[in-house]
Formats: sequence, C-alpha cells, structure tokens
Amino acid sequence: MLGKATKIVQAIQKASKEYICLMMLHKDFKEEELRKVIREFVGPIYQRPPLRSSVKRTLRIRRIYYIDILEIRGRRVLFKIGCEAGTYVRKVCHDIGEALGCGAHMEELRRTKAGPFTEEENLVTMYDVSDSYMLWKEEGNEKYLRKVILPVEEGVKHLPKVIIRDSAVDAICHGAMLAVTGILRVNVGIKKGDLVAVMTKKNELVALGQALMRSEEMVSSKRGIAVKVKRVIMQPGTYPKMWKSKR
Amino acid sequence: MEVLIRDDEPPSDYGVNPWERPIEQLLKCGIINLDKPPGPTSHEVVAWIKKILNINRAGHAGTLERSP
Repeated sequence: MLGKATKIVQAIQKASKEYICLMMLHKDFKEEELRKVIREFVGPIYQRPPLRSSVKRTLRIRRIYYIDILEIRGRRVLFKIGCEAGTYVRKVCHDIGEALGCGAHMEELRRTKAGPFTEEENLVTMYDVSDSYMLWKEEGNEKYLRKVILPVEEGVKHLPKVIIRDSAVDAICHGAMLAVTGILRVNVGIKKGDLVAVMTKKNELVALGQALMRSEEMVSSKRGIAVKVKRVIMQPGTYPKMWKSKR
Repeated sequence: MEVLIRDDEPPSDYGVNPWERPIEQLLKCGIINLDKPPGPTSHEVVAWIKKILNINRAGHAGTLERSP
C-alpha cells in the first residue's frame, strides 16, 4: 500500500485468507481417517495462538471455510485452506496431527488469497515494480506501471459499499459522519457494526466507516447517522465544499 | 453485490474514474499486489519499494508469521 492507501490496512487484515499448505505427518496414517479428521476441522474451531505469535495467547474461535486436499504423497499432505483472518495454519496442522494421534507439523505455507487479492490476478514481482517504474520515469511509458500500481479502490472490492452524493463528499473528507440524506445507493446485507466503504458515484473511495444501520434502514430512514467514519482516504478539497459551518 | 436505491443524481464533472487517475496520484494512494520474495522480511521489502518508487510512505497488510 502506497501513501494514503495504507489507511485501508484493516480492511485487508480483517478479511478472509486462503493458503496452500504442505503438512508433514509424523507416522503413517490411513487416508480415510485423515479425510475424516480434516472434515471435522471445517467450521468454527477453537485455537490457541502458538507460543511464537504476536497476539495474546488465549483460546479463541476461528472459522475454517474449506480444506481441500490437493495431493497426498507418503506422509506429506498438500492442501488448500480458506479461513478467517487470524487463523494460524501452523497450529491447524499441529492440531490435525493431534486429532489423528500421530502428530504433524507444517512444512511450507503460501498465501494465495487475502481479501480481494489473489495469486492469479495482478500479482507482481519486485522486478516488475522496478522495471515498470523505470519505463515510466525514463520513457514516459505508463502502460506497465499501471498494471503494477492499482487504485486503492481495488483493496476494498470485498467490502459492502455506500454510494454518496457529490455534495456530501468533502464533509466526509473532513471527518464528518455520514447522514442518511447524503446516501444515494447501498449494497444489500449491511448489518450494524459492519465495515463499509464510502464511495462516490464515480466509484472513488472516500472513506472507510462502521455502519450504524442496516442497509434497509439506510435507504428508508428519514434522518439519522448511517455510517461512522473511521478512516478518510480521499484528500479534502477533491470535491467542492458544499456544507456550511455552524457559527 | 445487489444494490438498494435511496436516490439518484445526474453525473457531474467532479472526481475521476480510479483507473484514469494520473500516475502521480497512484503513487500517493495506490496498491501493489506483490509476490514477496521469501528471504527478506516484509519490512525490508517495503523499504525497497519506497526506494524504487521514490516515495516516503508505504506499508503492507500481509504478515504471515514471524519466522523461527
């Protein structure tokens, strides 16, 4: 994330992740039993963060959305796992080993999805970054750099959206809360407390905020605050100031 | 995602489609989906990116876990 885009870090950190993981079991095992144990790990699981972790080590619940076994070779198992943010896959491997009664550990891990970002789409290397920047700087060719640096909006694709009036934009940029009267459209399914992206009609990200209403209330209420703004991304002054200060 | 409509207003000249933003603006507010090389830390990689792109503010959202 470059510059002001660093403000959307929470939107990606709190989003679901997908990994490809190589697990090593410590004894021979029956494939059937492994498949059965793995099925039991799908859904909500209790997990205590490992010794070497950056969070408080208390038992917490994390949701595993799917585990697909890709390959089994000897005692090594390659699988794809989709899980809630904050799931320790190393721990999942260890716990699968315990449940099987033979012990296991994680050998390799690669993240394949983080919120809106995937391995297949737009993934670039350090070389791509430096080559495309040079092409732009020295030859004015921006075609490649545009493939490397994505607009910040790409980082909030997975969030529900609230589209607002042009006249409300600058007030939000100055940190105001979003009143229902400033709203044009909203995605369905927003619940109180959800993280939402406040956007312009042109699909520009203005701010991230916490919903104080459900989607239905946002479009039907006569008055009230719909979104509490948490992080402003758009530079104030991008849209004209159309609000009056109270004297 | 499905949408509920409260009101509509005509298009205006304010703002710009995110994909047509000038490069200078993307450098101030953009995202790179970077395949981090396995050796260096995320922190080090961010420092290199800042140097390459000649910018002073950047961050990352992808700490896997601290290496042992």
